[in-house]
Amino acid sequence: MEGAWEIAFVLFQVWLSIVVGLIVLPAMFGVSLGFTDIYIKVLVKTLEWATLRIQRGQKEQPTLPSQSANGIIEKDDGSMEEEIGELRRSHPKNLAGGDFTMCDAFYFCKKGIENIVEDQVTQRFTSEELASWNLLTRTNNNFRYISVRLTIIWGLGVFIRYCILLPLRITLAVIGLSWLVIGTTLVGLLPSSNAKNWLSDLVHITCYRICARGLSATIRYHNKENRPKKGGICVANHTSPIDIVILANDGCYAMVGQVHGGLMGVIQRSMVRSCPHVWFERSEMKDRHAVAKRLKDHIADKTKLPILIFPEGTCINNTSVMMFKKGSFEIGGTIYPVAIKYDPQFGDAFWNSAKNNMVSYLLRMMTSWAIVCNMWYLPPMTRQDGEDAVQFANRVKSAIAHQGGLVDLSWDGGLKREKVKESFKEEQQKMYSSMIVGLDCHEASEGPV
Amino acid sequence: MGSRASSLLREEDIEEIKKQTGFSHSQITRLYSRFHSLDKGENGALSREDFQRIPELAINPLGDRIINAFFPEGEDQVNFRGFMRTLAHFRPVEDNEKNKDPTSGEPLNSRTNKLFFAFRLYDLDRDDKISRDELLQVLRMMVGVNISDEQLGSIADRTIQEADTNGDMCISFSEFTKVLEKVDVEQKMSIRFLH
Repeated sequence: MEGAWEIAFVLFQVWLSIVVGLIVLPAMFGVSLGFTDIYIKVLVKTLEWATLRIQRGQKEQPTLPSQSANGIIEKDDGSMEEEIGELRRSHPKNLAGGDFTMCDAFYFCKKGIENIVEDQVTQRFTSEELASWNLLTRTNNNFRYISVRLTIIWGLGVFIRYCILLPLRITLAVIGLSWLVIGTTLVGLLPSSNAKNWLSDLVHITCYRICARGLSATIRYHNKENRPKKGGICVANHTSPIDIVILANDGCYAMVGQVHGGLMGVIQRSMVRSCPHVWFERSEMKDRHAVAKRLKDHIADKTKLPILIFPEGTCINNTSVMMFKKGSFEIGGTIYPVAIKYDPQFGDAFWNSAKNNMVSYLLRMMTSWAIVCNMWYLPPMTRQDGEDAVQFANRVKSAIAHQGGLVDLSWDGGLKREKVKESFKEEQQKMYSSMIVGLDCHEASEGPV
Repeated sequence: MGSRASSLLREEDIEEIKKQTGFSHSQITRLYSRFHSLDKGENGALSREDFQRIPELAINPLGDRIINAFFPEGEDQVNFRGFMRTLAHFRPVEDNEKNKDPTSGEPLNSRTNKLFFAFRLYDLDRDDKISRDELLQVLRMMVGVNISDEQLGSIADRTIQEADTNGDMCISFSEFTKVLEKVDVEQKMSIRFLH
């Protein structure tokens, strides 16, 4: 019995030293040994082969529904005036006061039914549908048996992901996070100095690099010359907590967020020891002025790192960018927009917080093939004269959406959990009313308005 | 996400719905995915709250009336069959459907049935007549607070006057059809479903 334990222990030590030697140390120095590249290449080839097989299988069995990521319907994009105007053209007109026709209801009816079949908002809160299967059961909408070979490859994939990659990734994550906590605590003991800042940056970056390896993350950075500078605010679209790891792999940021308990709390407290981050108590978050003041103070100090903020306020599924909350755009300072686009073929990065809690989400991440994403640093933007915070926020949002190839929506990400505001319905009603009584306004010109 | 949703829909059901509504096989499976994603309670039926969760529908002035059209009299749940039956009204009219089985009656997406769907939006108590009150109620939903009661009343009166041919101060379905005979109902009450 003793012998068995000793052997297990030796094996564990060997395993650990391999991991440290081949993955952790190169990661810390930002050196790539090329394992991930080879892995991704093999993966791409395998997935291409799988796609071809599925397509062949579909041709042979025509009842297999084709997996198309296109919409279900084709919509008309006319405005209310155009559409109702068209409806009324064929109706006998009566000019005497009020321009209402029974067929006006057709417009609202058709729009309503179109939205029941397919709408722009609810689909953003669930994972994106893939055009072709990527050998993960979780993304498969119509799992049908296609061929023996495909099933074998799938089974092999399951084994590789759960028995080889998962333990490896968990080890790396544990090493990375413990290094963060220990490293920042040690650095925190030093007196304030340039050396301290440099060491703090080093600890943070190396930890995030280890974590990125822990997810087999391949990140392509574009336009590095636009990287956020100190005293600025970095703004990005939000898909998952992993966004932070992706961003922090290439620069150091001051994080903004709520104070948590448990493990997160431990990490937060130790991070703050080595360099200033902005953690808010839950009660403080309600007071917008206090929040704005703290952020303003932070960016006023040019020695502090740029703040990282996700103005959407919630995770969206990376097919669109939703409304940016204006709070971060009222503080002043230079905004450095960043667009992040994940490649869904290798793993779905979206955190559906209604469906998965943090732990099951991380497990899903660690059992995906890899995380492949593109990150674009956009040129810095500042608020122009005559532009209010909302317009500025929309301008930044459009720039990010355009760069990342995402749909630019004005809907609030908060609709994930809350109902839409009545004022939007009132806007629609107002628009329609002006179509009905437009004529009346001219005729009733004598009375007081 | 619709993961494995289509496996809950049996082939026999799909064939039945195909015959009844005229949707294609792939359209039915795609709409089933949509039905499933709206069904937050996962009990195979949609409630009014499930529809209200669609923001663009919630801000539609006639949103509640449209949602109501899905639910049979006095019921609070609609299953997939009922969902598809209602949506079938909005399929475009195709000429090659004329060779349907003559005993199955008029297809759900005929011009008459489309008009009847719209008629039902106004006819709140389903007594096959649109009364002045019912018309006023629907008008009020569409204009909100922006038009006064008197003005709205005169609009309603004028509309009934134009349409009413038998003098009962209500609009029957045939009067409704007559007033709208020149409107391109086939196009305006149809949705272009892909594949």
